[in-house]
Amino acid sequence: MDASRYWHGFIGIQVREWRRFWQQRTRLASALVRPLLWLVVFAAGFRAVLGIAILPPYQTYITYETYIVPGLCGMIILFNSMQGALSMVYDRELGSMRVLLVSPLPRPFLLFTKLLAMAGVAVVQAGVFLALARLVGVQPPPAGYLAAVPALVLTSLMLGALGLLIATWIRQLENFAGVMNFVIFPMFFLSSALYPLWRMREASPWLYWACQLNPFTHAVEAIRFSLYLEWNPLAWGITGTVTLLLAALASTGFRPQRTRILSGRR
Amino acid sequence: MTVDIRNLGFRYGNTPVLRAISFRLDPGRFHALLGPNGAGKSTLFGLLTRLLALQQGEIRIAGTSLARHPAAVMGQIGVVFQHSALDPDLTVRQNLAYHAALQGLSRREARRRGDRELARFGLLERANERVRQLNGGHRRRLEIARALLHRPSLLLLDEATVGLDPASRAALNSHVRDLCRERALTVLWATHLIEEIRPEDRVLILHRGRLRADGTGQALCRALGGRDLADTFRTLTGGD
Repeated sequence: MDASRYWHGFIGIQVREWRRFWQQRTRLASALVRPLLWLVVFAAGFRAVLGIAILPPYQTYITYETYIVPGLCGMIILFNSMQGALSMVYDRELGSMRVLLVSPLPRPFLLFTKLLAMAGVAVVQAGVFLALARLVGVQPPPAGYLAAVPALVLTSLMLGALGLLIATWIRQLENFAGVMNFVIFPMFFLSSALYPLWRMREASPWLYWACQLNPFTHAVEAIRFSLYLEWNPLAWGITGTVTLLLAALASTGFRPQRTRILSGRR
Repeated sequence: MTVDIRNLGFRYGNTPVLRAISFRLDPGRFHALLGPNGAGKSTLFGLLTRLLALQQGEIRIAGTSLARHPAAVMGQIGVVFQHSALDPDLTVRQNLAYHAALQGLSRREARRRGDRELARFGLLERANERVRQLNGGHRRRLEIARALLHRPSLLLLDEATVGLDPASRAALNSHVRDLCRERALTVLWATHLIEEIRPEDRVLILHRGRLRADGTGQALCRALGGRDLADTFRTLTGGD
């Protein structure tokens, strides 16, 4: 099969994702309301309670708002990926997933392209959020926005692959409420998104290690460091490795012998 | 294009759904796959479209093994699923474009072929409407148009008339027969409705995972002594 077929397939999947995004513009609004509430209301309430010491990548004392912005970018991506991945397998998209799977193009290619398309949409949402955050005084260096893009894409690929795995393997989590309780909330709260981990360590070493083992923590740190133009090889290394691992697992989940597309609802 | 199915078996866990089925589809002919609900029709379609993996037996399409050369074979197959596989929020044309891209067609080529198919199916004036606005009959026609976009030589339809009123059902059925004739398409039309089958059709009767009969409707009636196909079908499936 020649390369142009792959190219047309790649573009087709990207275009479809953007068309759907454009048709569901209200989704953008609701995707932004959640982190903005955290940023404007929650952070304002908590800024007095939580003093933040100087910690890398920041070079001065920072406001609590500044601290949680990278974590809230992670939150946008987390919701976006889980919603996207679940709807890919269940929902009305059940049909369009079949259309995808009967394509003559190889399935790992199709899935990766689909995850990348979802990542593109998520990055734009995070970008809009970062622009709004600038209005309330969270102002990373301008070049940081550009530097954060690869970290946002990687985070989205990682969480998208995780979402696919969850959706194909665990049927009980079919509804979104289940995923909220058992995936999104634990991942978000057991991470460095809302509080620096040294504070967690003071509270409980167990929780500290749970946070350290959570790949979402490292994804958030990769975003945080990139946004302030600092390099964090550990965060990137862990996020990258976990992404590869999850993507490999997710694509085996879509080999024909594992496909539950047909039998999943029995 | 010839389709060869040999000794095909499939089980979900310990439940056998297809048991050692063998048959052959002749090129350019309309074949009806008749069976009550739960006979194994959808499983057979799942295997033919690679949504399910082969557990036992072999599928060859135009002499090429589906398991060994999936890309080459999948490009030859057009599928209409039992449940709608359209994106209701996108327009008719956008749905076609998506499918065409997945088949590796360029956007220009996709548009050209898409418009030609839509014109042939009487849907061109609806090209920019969202699928949500179409009625059931139009949606099924669109799905057939989509399945033909990459010019397959085998068209698989899994209970394509489900949810349609009798008039639309008959129209869709005769439309597919026209396509079969005009384009020398090999068609496999799965149904549980006997009125969709004509006496001269090749009929494959599937019941509880076994192929109970294979021949033209007339020949089956003669051989099994039924008054008509419905009677023969009742005899074969034991009325249960």
